[in-house]
Amino acid sequence: MTALINLVYLISVSLFIVGLQRLSSPKTASSGNLIAALGMGLGVLIALFSPMESGNDNYLIIIGALVFGSGIGLVVAGKVLMTKMPEMVSLFNGLGGACALLISIAELLNFHDSGTFELAPYLTTLLALLIGSIAFTGSLVAYGKLSGNIKDSWKLPRANMINVVLLLTLIAASVYQLQVLDTMDLVYIIMILSLIYGITFVLNVGGADMPVIISILNALTGVSAALAGIIYDNMIMLMGGILVGSSGGILTLLMCQAMNRSLLNVLAGDFGGTSSGAVQVGDQMVKEVNIMDASIMLRYSTNVVIVPGYGMAVAQAQKICKELEDLLEEVEVNVRYAIHPVAGRMPGHMNVLLAEADVDYSKLLDLDDANKFLNDADVTIVVGANDVVNPSALDDPGSPIYGMPILEILKGKHVIVLKRGMSSGYSGIENPLFFHEKTSMLFGDAKKSLNNLLDELKTIV
Amino acid sequence: MNLIIEIFTYHLTILFALIMAIFLGFELISKVPTVLHTPLMSGANAISGVVIIGAIILVRSSGSEDYVSLALGSLAILLGTINVVGGHAVTNRMLQMFRKK
Repeated sequence: MTALINLVYLISVSLFIVGLQRLSSPKTASSGNLIAALGMGLGVLIALFSPMESGNDNYLIIIGALVFGSGIGLVVAGKVLMTKMPEMVSLFNGLGGACALLISIAELLNFHDSGTFELAPYLTTLLALLIGSIAFTGSLVAYGKLSGNIKDSWKLPRANMINVVLLLTLIAASVYQLQVLDTMDLVYIIMILSLIYGITFVLNVGGADMPVIISILNALTGVSAALAGIIYDNMIMLMGGILVGSSGGILTLLMCQAMNRSLLNVLAGDFGGTSSGAVQVGDQMVKEVNIMDASIMLRYSTNVVIVPGYGMAVAQAQKICKELEDLLEEVEVNVRYAIHPVAGRMPGHMNVLLAEADVDYSKLLDLDDANKFLNDADVTIVVGANDVVNPSALDDPGSPIYGMPILEILKGKHVIVLKRGMSSGYSGIENPLFFHEKTSMLFGDAKKSLNNLLDELKTIV
Repeated sequence: MNLIIEIFTYHLTILFALIMAIFLGFELISKVPTVLHTPLMSGANAISGVVIIGAIILVRSSGSEDYVSLALGSLAILLGTINVVGGHAVTNRMLQMFRKK
């Protein structure tokens, strides 16, 4: 019986690995997700029916919670808008963290009730509690920020100092608890401090840095799951947790690289608004373009590049982009999408929105491919992107984003920027792109402008 | 120091698995193209819900009078299941969009 159980656990771990492996191509990715889900299902079945040494099984409660939870999960997953994906992922991630937090507390209580325990499992459980708590409240705050319920301006004074003090206190309290181990009192304090730390550390990070934060929180939940796996000596929890931890870890690094910033710099939240050395653009003129001229430019181009940003998601303009693409492709204009790794609020956010609008993924270019293609671009349309196309990153050492790899859209012939008004981007950094001789501005709501452009184009193709 | 020795004796095989898993994870994930980063993240997120297995074991091993463990454990199963089922379902929805041409 034990052999059979171990065999099934082995199979379900393998299914996780195969599932993730199949995510390496859009063609196989869908089956990869289902394979991973199958692995999860097998793991749950074994956990439900393997023989236990003690306890009353309590199947009624377990099945009830499983059924109820599945129902909620399915309904929420079926309803959510693709533009709301970052919020959704944060919320789900928080629930995973909460799950780790709850079982760690229960296990620690059991340790203290039984009176006899070893230090190593106790430490593991305490760590799972700590990390799970941070992931829980951190994800909830990220959810609040992404959905707009928590404003970006709500920052604590001296937030960095508060965070460092909280973190040091957490470490000190944990070490002390391991020395004395007498009561649960300090464990509750550690839990509360971790919950508070989760809030303060995410609150301090700017909205444009959300891709990094979501990745970190994802990694933390993975690590807390892996630690819980060590507590139960359960390989599938350990492997699953570590795979998630690696995924979150890699994405965190990629996102930081894409912004040319260190993780510490992102967490410290001190970005933008202080562009002392940035170019003075106050008295420069911007050039506007009207719908008719813009559509003629597009009609007689060979290569058109669309650069989407968070503004496209806000305006829900992805479907209009696709219509524009279709119309232009009909008259043999090549259309490509140039997607910066940190465009949007989570890694790959723009790709999902465009896939939703039926854009072929071979037309979605990543940073390197896009910068090659941009050499031959006749017209580049910027739809709600700002910092990722800011040329200060290339040539202005005084700019806070100097050194960040950007989409070099000025290599092409013309740039049309769709923008509501002349406010600077999310990070508050001036963008000299808008004043460049190659750039024309098309003011107004992105979706409305694209619609007008589409109507005008229909009359001339 | 004693703690470190204890950890090594207590969890030796699991430490080996841990190291292997970390390398395997980095190897696997770095092959995922940027186009699929959002589904990767939500799929990984669903997998992190694997903690429900711990929650199930916790509830099963509790006596029917142990109300604290039962309450904590069943709440953990509920939240974890939302994470697992919702995560996989939403990932599936996204990946379906990538599959169609």
